[in-house]
Formats: sequence, C-alpha cells, structure tokens
Amino acid sequence: MFTRRSAAIAAAILLSSPALLQGASAADKPTDPQIAHIAYTAGVIDINAAKQAKKKAQNKDVKAFAEDMLRDHEAVNKQALALVKKLNVTPEDNDTSKALSKQASDKLTELDKLDGAAFDKAYVANEVAYHKAVNGALETQLIPSANNAELKSLLQTGLKIFQGHQQHAEHVAAELK
Amino acid sequence: MMPERLPSIAIALVLAAMVAPAHAETIVITMENLVISPADASARIGDTIEWINKDVFAHTATAKNGDFDVTLPPNKSATSVLTKAGAVDYYCRFHPNMKATLKVAP
Repeated sequence: MFTRRSAAIAAAILLSSPALLQGASAADKPTDPQIAHIAYTAGVIDINAAKQAKKKAQNKDVKAFAEDMLRDHEAVNKQALALVKKLNVTPEDNDTSKALSKQASDKLTELDKLDGAAFDKAYVANEVAYHKAVNGALETQLIPSANNAELKSLLQTGLKIFQGHQQHAEHVAAELK
Repeated sequence: MMPERLPSIAIALVLAAMVAPAHAETIVITMENLVISPADASARIGDTIEWINKDVFAHTATAKNGDFDVTLPPNKSATSVLTKAGAVDYYCRFHPNMKATLKVAP
C-alpha cells in the first residue's frame, strides 16, 4: 500500500495530475517523518535548479528569479531542519522522495544541454510546472496528512510562499514570450 | 547655584524642541507571513518609517518611483526618514505579490 500511495504522490507531483492525487485514499497517508523528507527534498530540487540557472541564465529577470528561489527555498529548508531537530524527528526517505530526486536529476541533465534564451525559457517553464505540482501536493496531500501542528504550519507557510513563486514564474514566463 | 541653572536648562529644552521637526513620528510597517501591514500607511515629511521583517525570508520595500529601496534580511528591521511628499506604491522585489502604498504628506 505504501509503495502505491507514495508512487501516486510522486506521479502527481511529477505529472501534476489531480486525478492521481485523488486516487490516494485518506487512510494511507504519509507519516510526518516521510512528509518532512518529501518537503525537504522538494526544496533541495528547486535549490539545485536555481544554482544551475544562476550559471546558465541569460535574461536578467530569469537570473533574479533564480536568486529568489535560492534565497527562499534555503530559508524554508533551514526552518525545516530546525524543526525536525526540535521535534527529534528523523526525516524518512521514501518512494516519493526517490521518484522526485530521479525526475529532478533527469531535468537538470536535460536543461544542461540548452543555452541562452532556450535555457531561460525551459527553466522558467519547468519552474511554473514544478511549483504548480508541489503546491497541489502540499494542498491536497501533505498538509492534510501532517499530524504535528508545527510541521503543518511550516508546510502552510511553504505553500503560501511557493504560490507566490508560481505566480512570479508565470509572470517571468509571460515576459519571455 | 541650582536655581541659576534652571533658566538655561529651560532655554536649552526650548531650543531642542525648535530644532527637532514638529510632531515627527515613527510609523511601523510590518512584513509578516508575506503580507505588508498596514497596506495603506500615511505619514508626513520628517517622519521615520520603521520597517520590521518578521519573516524567515528576506524582503525589500522598493518604491516603484525609485524613492526608496530598503532591504530587510530575515527577522531584521530598518528605518528610513521621509524627505519627499507623495503617494508611493512600493513592493518586495523578491516577492512581487507583496504590495502596499505609503502616503507622505508635506
């Protein structure tokens, strides 16, 4: 059951398909240590994407956006680490985190082959899709599944800031056209 | 000795009051949970704005017309003294959704 459920979350995050999210029943929800691991992994993925963009991006708005992603996601992950330490929780690796990392490393390789305006466009398009998917997963799966009030609150702060990132990315994407 | 000193202290106080701008106030504008409050603030020239960032994220208060650009690291505050009148729309460069207006009366 766990594999199926986490695979469903991973697929939902990766493909941004609400249908798959609905497929996961409320009974087999991820545990707090798993949620913490998924949230942290999702942050690391965007940090790595931003680091790549800082090096490769050409457009100044895209560069500034990458700086924003780096700054905010590092801040959220720093909070997450402080929280798991305080709660004495060990984040638990799981299939969702693994699937996310695999997909992200494929994306980094794919984007690495692009340069200039083509890279800018592909990076920003992926940022729109990625934040949309992560926000969907936070809203419908991770936040409702979180037991600890502080973890839930941190995820809610994350959702709020990532919704802003999504809009910011959409705005940058529109400007690139 | 003491009674003679009093008038000079009184004069000093009067002079100090004249030098300091009349009714200069400190207006607090807070950034918390990605929201600027108050969203509409009013002040006068000579007033001080105390910007307080209560978030773990860095923010800026950046005037659209270029009048000011204050950077606020996480959980830090800063002050700026208003020297120009007008209604200024400002936002956070890092989080463009955060917007507010500051009206500065002459």
